[in-house]
Amino acid sequence: MQTVQPRSLPLRLPRVRPGGVLPILVILAVLLVLVGIRQPDFLAPPSLMSFLGRSAPIILLAAGQYFVIVSGEFDLSVGSLVTAQVVVAARLIDSDPARTWPVVLLLLAFGALVGLVNGLITTRLRVPSFITTLGMFLILVGAVYLWSDGAPKGGLSEEFRRFGRRAFEDVPLLGRVPYALLVLVVLAVAAVLLMRSDFGRTLVAVGDNPRTAELSGVRVWRTRTFAFILSGLAAAVAAILLGGYSGVSFQAGAGLEFGAITAVVLGGVALGGGRGAVVGAMLGALTLELLFALMNFYGVSGALRSTVQGGIILLAVAVSATRSSSR
Amino acid sequence: MSDSRPVPLLTLRGIGKSFLGVRVLDGVDLDVAPGEVHAVVGENGAGKSTLMKIVSGGYAPDGGTVEFAGATRTFRGPRDAQRAGIGIIHQEFNLLPERTVAENVYLGHEPVRRGLVDRREMLDRTTRLLASIGETTLPADARVGQLGVAQQQVVEIAKALALDARLLIMDEPTAALADHEVELLYGLVRRLQERGIGLLYVSHRLAEVFDLSGRITVLKDGRRVTTVDTADTTADELVRHMVGRELSSYYPDRAAPEDRGPVRLNLRDAGNRKLRDVNLQLRAGEVLGIGGLQGSGRSALARAIFGVSPFTTGDVTLDDRPVRLRSPRTAMRAGIAYVTEDRKGEGIVPRQSVLDNALLASRAVFAARSGRAARTVRVRELLAAVEVRGAGDDQEIRFLSGGNQQKVVLARWLALNPRILLFDEPTRGIDVGAKSAIHDLVRRLARDGAAVLMISSDLPELLGMSDRIVVMRDGHVAGELPAGATEEEVVALAVGTVREPVQ
Repeated sequence: MQTVQPRSLPLRLPRVRPGGVLPILVILAVLLVLVGIRQPDFLAPPSLMSFLGRSAPIILLAAGQYFVIVSGEFDLSVGSLVTAQVVVAARLIDSDPARTWPVVLLLLAFGALVGLVNGLITTRLRVPSFITTLGMFLILVGAVYLWSDGAPKGGLSEEFRRFGRRAFEDVPLLGRVPYALLVLVVLAVAAVLLMRSDFGRTLVAVGDNPRTAELSGVRVWRTRTFAFILSGLAAAVAAILLGGYSGVSFQAGAGLEFGAITAVVLGGVALGGGRGAVVGAMLGALTLELLFALMNFYGVSGALRSTVQGGIILLAVAVSATRSSSR
Repeated sequence: MSDSRPVPLLTLRGIGKSFLGVRVLDGVDLDVAPGEVHAVVGENGAGKSTLMKIVSGGYAPDGGTVEFAGATRTFRGPRDAQRAGIGIIHQEFNLLPERTVAENVYLGHEPVRRGLVDRREMLDRTTRLLASIGETTLPADARVGQLGVAQQQVVEIAKALALDARLLIMDEPTAALADHEVELLYGLVRRLQERGIGLLYVSHRLAEVFDLSGRITVLKDGRRVTTVDTADTTADELVRHMVGRELSSYYPDRAAPEDRGPVRLNLRDAGNRKLRDVNLQLRAGEVLGIGGLQGSGRSALARAIFGVSPFTTGDVTLDDRPVRLRSPRTAMRAGIAYVTEDRKGEGIVPRQSVLDNALLASRAVFAARSGRAARTVRVRELLAAVEVRGAGDDQEIRFLSGGNQQKVVLARWLALNPRILLFDEPTRGIDVGAKSAIHDLVRRLARDGAAVLMISSDLPELLGMSDRIVVMRDGHVAGELPAGATEEEVVALAVGTVREPVQ
């Protein structure tokens, strides 16, 4: 007896891949529509550009956090690291423009150093990263208070502040393009390229199954430590942009670590590592900022921000957990 | 069974169990009388553990009945079985090291007075309980973490007795014990017998089985082969029952003598925490089979060679040059590849693509050497060569069948052009088709000059594939057998019924 095997048609429905960026794109689109209905002006280039510039720091922090989370760890220290960086910058620059560039380099080095310490304590001393970075968070808060005797001293130079507040004027079509947006675009492209490199693929593999990675010759501790360093560097850049935009205060970085983690989770990245795209994490941060803007337009109290963040984080993790267990 | 025996305490009839469509137990009958020690023996994977889990409420059987103390029972979980009077002593103890003996024994059902735990009563009862099994030297208020393994085992037994267990299951009780401690266990078992407690005794070690048991049930491939009175049988007969099956499947031709190259890897008196005085030579072009029971040091050997838990004593030479293989990376640089036994836990990165899985090792160790594009092309060719079926390169590997996953893992290692390959249970959990594909591949690698070390619990596979077989027992080499050895010879070396040949 002969049967004709039905050949599968080359037609393929787009599958929603776990860890893909499709869900977050949909959410973002819905929010954009809602914003467009309520406040059409917001989507016009001038305000959109400045919104993107304003969101750059949290998007960068989300990218930094992504590297750590996708490798299976956490970084709770970034918020206080941002605060520390801003306060340190103000005191070191002390309104002297000539010191701007050395201080910028110093901040980057400081961010990398904090990441290195976080990474080494987590991987070599086997302290869970949740505890390591919580400890680092507290250490930085205390150190900054001690170092500045309780009130921020000195001031940022105009040179330093321009990254966060100035823009290219009169750009055709777009109008005013903030420097911060340019920094964001460059670093976002770099992040995407990094995740496509050997290092990036290995980083995700480490988060997915560190045992397999180790037995395939990956130096798991180095890979994870490098992720912490990237997160520290992202915090340094975010601090430079934030300091420029909103000035020096002990509140400069408050709560940013949770904002970043929420954004990463919202972007479809699995807590515990091994799944998700850096673009998703960055879009997650953008979505979160847009949501806050939307709440603002609808007159929802800004006091609810952290409540909303908490709700999102629980919901996003619950959705990804039930989805992956039902497979 | 003859009717002269007392009414059985436990009767199993026609017990069956499948996992994911694989039949693990099929129509197993077994009974235990009060005060009887009934031993259950069989190869790895014969279904002993599954059967014990069914009796102790860990799994529900798909078919058959469990009758205990005269009533048919369906246990809803281990606690349910415990309440009914069935205790199980696992190989790994379930004790809280920071608590005292008494607290462990009465964990979860502490004697209570006026709403508070009555410590004095608990200590008294524990002391009495321990005395009743002849254990008078063990203080009830000692911290369990400070006790030796044998004493911890006594605590486990007391724990079961505190729950009025009438049937005790002992799963490899001597695996963790030193020789002199085994004697103590024997005494304990006999006192339990005197109290009328039935014992189901699972062990690989035939010597113990003969010393202790009244009857022996042999399981093979999930079926009961036979149940014999211990007095009427011999170790050789048991071994025959354990393995007796026909060699039916096809295996690729073995290496001809002239195909065997020089010694590539040479271990001299090598040892570490799990291995002692291992002497082994691995030649280019051959498949060296490693037999032995689980826990006999087979995997420890592969892991030591691969630098996961390196040798701490002895010498290792690679192509006549001394080497220290202190990490997987050094081993990989030396041309060694290791396909792990636990594919899911250590072999794949489940949520990454097939391609990422296949590239993992090349990216980690030889990233700088080869161009990215060239490497990807090569790995794609390898994936095609090992015939990974039904999957695109970008599909997550966890959705592939076990056989295809294993082929991807193989491709990962082949991409490094290894000269020594260590395979730990390369075909476990793999369908027949993929199995023979992997057998062919292993043989082809050897023919191309690689030195292959293959660990297998699957005796037909071990015998069919190996050019030589080294059998391990208790962390050292129990003996070596040539190609064409029989299953009986391998099992006899593995369980230690014969003296090891003087080398």
